[in-house]
Amino acid sequence: MIQPLTRPRRKNPVLRTPHPLLPPGGRSRAALGLTAAAAIGRFELQVCAECGAVQYPPSEVCRRCLVGALRWREQSGLGELLSETAVHVSHDPFFRERVPWRLGLVRLDAGPTAVVHLHSGCEPPPSRVRVGARLDKSGQGVLLAFPLHEVPNMADDPELREMTAHPKYRRALVTDGKTPVGQALVRALIGAGAELVWVGHAEPWKQQPGLAELEALPQTALVPLDVTDSRSVKQAAAEIGGKVDILVNNAEVHRTHGIGSRSGIEPARAEMDVNYFGLLRLAQEFGPVMRARGADGTASAAAWVNILSIYALVNYPPHGSFSASKAAALSLSQCLRAEMRPGGIRVINVFPGPIDDEWNQTLPPPKLAPAALAKSVVRALEDGIEDIYPGDVAEEWLARYLESPKTLERELGL
Amino acid sequence: MAKSRKTSRKSALRTGAPRTDQRRKSPSRRSAAGPRPKRGATPRRVREAVVAAPVTVPYVRYSIRNAHWFVARALAQLLKESGLRKPQIDGLSVGSFGLSPDTAIGLTQHLGVTVCWLDHVPLGGACGIVALRRALRAVEAGDAEVVACIGADTNHVDSFRQSLSSFSVFARDAVFPYGSGGPNASFAFLTSYYMRTFGARREDFGKICIAQRDNALGYRHALFKKKLTLEEYLNARPIADPIRLFDCVMPCAGAEGFLVMTRERARALGLPFVRVRSTCERHNAFPDDPIQIRGGWVLDRDRLYGEAGIEPPDLDFVETYDDYPVMSVIQLEDLGFCAKGEGPEFVRRHSFTTDGSFPMNTSGGQLSVGQAGCAAGFLGLVEAIRQLTDRNLARPVPEARFGLAVGFGMITYDRGLCSGAAVLGRADA
Repeated sequence: MIQPLTRPRRKNPVLRTPHPLLPPGGRSRAALGLTAAAAIGRFELQVCAECGAVQYPPSEVCRRCLVGALRWREQSGLGELLSETAVHVSHDPFFRERVPWRLGLVRLDAGPTAVVHLHSGCEPPPSRVRVGARLDKSGQGVLLAFPLHEVPNMADDPELREMTAHPKYRRALVTDGKTPVGQALVRALIGAGAELVWVGHAEPWKQQPGLAELEALPQTALVPLDVTDSRSVKQAAAEIGGKVDILVNNAEVHRTHGIGSRSGIEPARAEMDVNYFGLLRLAQEFGPVMRARGADGTASAAAWVNILSIYALVNYPPHGSFSASKAAALSLSQCLRAEMRPGGIRVINVFPGPIDDEWNQTLPPPKLAPAALAKSVVRALEDGIEDIYPGDVAEEWLARYLESPKTLERELGL
Repeated sequence: MAKSRKTSRKSALRTGAPRTDQRRKSPSRRSAAGPRPKRGATPRRVREAVVAAPVTVPYVRYSIRNAHWFVARALAQLLKESGLRKPQIDGLSVGSFGLSPDTAIGLTQHLGVTVCWLDHVPLGGACGIVALRRALRAVEAGDAEVVACIGADTNHVDSFRQSLSSFSVFARDAVFPYGSGGPNASFAFLTSYYMRTFGARREDFGKICIAQRDNALGYRHALFKKKLTLEEYLNARPIADPIRLFDCVMPCAGAEGFLVMTRERARALGLPFVRVRSTCERHNAFPDDPIQIRGGWVLDRDRLYGEAGIEPPDLDFVETYDDYPVMSVIQLEDLGFCAKGEGPEFVRRHSFTTDGSFPMNTSGGQLSVGQAGCAAGFLGLVEAIRQLTDRNLARPVPEARFGLAVGFGMITYDRGLCSGAAVLGRADA
């Protein structure tokens, strides 16, 4: 039985906002493989290419055969909960604020025994559990044991909630929220239980289909916000910056040019101004206050989402300057991720394939529907995933990219 | 030898097992340790090393001194106790976690000693037994004449937390980020599992803690000086379920030490000494056990008692490595006082007080004395030497002739990796 999360009370402005603390984040290089997999929503352990042994904790050698190369491979996570405890006295300030903290010792069916965070839906030992990997607030991969079957209020488990950015009872800002993708994001956030969603709009005179209905929802509020205008960003941050728990940066300019198809740099400059400098302006104004609110109760500031593009990984020449602006945004986002980490704020990069909109008109299907994109963003928030690649095209590009970035470059450049 | 001992001696541990050795007739019990050496057939070691001069640097909860200082104080006491001068100590063995960035070699300059044999044994709860084993071999081989074995550590206000996060690569990667409960959480898993599997109750562990506290009341260096009641034990502050406050040891600063030298040398110096009947050491035993319910002693106990020429019932007292009461119970099982899983029943049958039916941790053990880092690996050994040389600081076990000291330690991930034990006997036993 999991206690459902209660709606946080209105904050007393006189009370001090707790300083965000992080769980211990130090790891060996070998252990970062767990983090890398958890960042894309996978639970992987080292498997020996020689003898097949699955090992945990991670190490640089296979401790069975001492020879084989170790590869990270996805695991089912099924195992037996052998023992459990609840820590009441912790040596770490982060956990001291959060005790009692339930832990388990699980014998994985794959072989190793693992110390895990224990979801409150798990039956006492001996019982069957499913271990998954999540990023904790320090941004490092950790193991968490779940009950085998879904239980009510699963996401409200206090340990799990520390590792995710679930929208429930949180307040979100969607920049450029009037676009089809923006509207889909707003609706998906509300559907996931967001308390309030601010819909940023740069051009108040512009009406978009569906906007009136969206505006009529009690959980939405329009807010003027032009990411190309530093003053506008500053003003919006002054008004709502201290309340935004989830920021979804959806503002985007997308033109279909390479280098030679058009003279001059104006379209490319416009792309950079929104896609790159827009992110920078937002990050400078909204970043610090969000970071400071990383431990502000059960609905603390939790995540920053950048809608990038799969073209950020490798340039797609027909949309060459757009690809370049997204690559710049990706690089900046990695910087933002490092700077937000002390607050425990998850920076989520979304790498969609072609979205089914006017700028991808000439591209063949499959194209990503805005609602599908929004759904995967919400899933990333709910699971605390750091990088997502929604859509079949993005998944295929990613697979090709992971196998050989150079090959993909040639494939796209032909 | 032990076989000739009168079975009616009151001080012997009453384990409930008959003193006649039935195990010796059962060949299957020997398989793990190989054939047992024939008693009397092996010539006695030409140079026999013995142990003398047990010393303790009094424990304090916190100290502003470093570990080097505690090692130095222990060495000074060893010199005073033995009447030796520094140049006469030609071997040094140090167990300590807190010397970093130094190791034993740096200490030679800190302490101003010149030695021809040097050892660094940072094996926590097993460092006393391991240091003893190696020093015995060194002296018997003639590599050193007198080896000072010292376990020492300091404890600053924040040093325990810092040592936890950097204790091992596995601890940093796969334990500390999980609630940061330290060893309390690790032993909570083992305690909870043991209770469920073998029917142990909190009261059983409480009995051990309370008896040890009674023993500690007679030992002036114990940090805990107040009697403990079962009610206090059961209702103490929860630490990591099912572990509560009095299941845990108190980290502190202090040092323990002894000298290893030849029997002739000890006699010439007029030092009371004990003979080491046998020792054992095992690391990372049973790696495939899903969770720890036994230690390496299971592999070594037949050889341990075989070489000692005695059996568990011949022992007059036991110094377990009691970092948590469940470990004492596991050691009693694995060292042959009762079968696996019969620990709780065994605990219910005995009193564990110095004057009682099964004297255990006669100075109070770490649970009552405190855990001074690596000195904890020496605590039981030093107390055993005192008991068998009549240099008691704690209450003496009446007519004690044989004692067992146990070492256990180094939870680098989910279980204690090191196990060891030493059977000690009086000089004339």
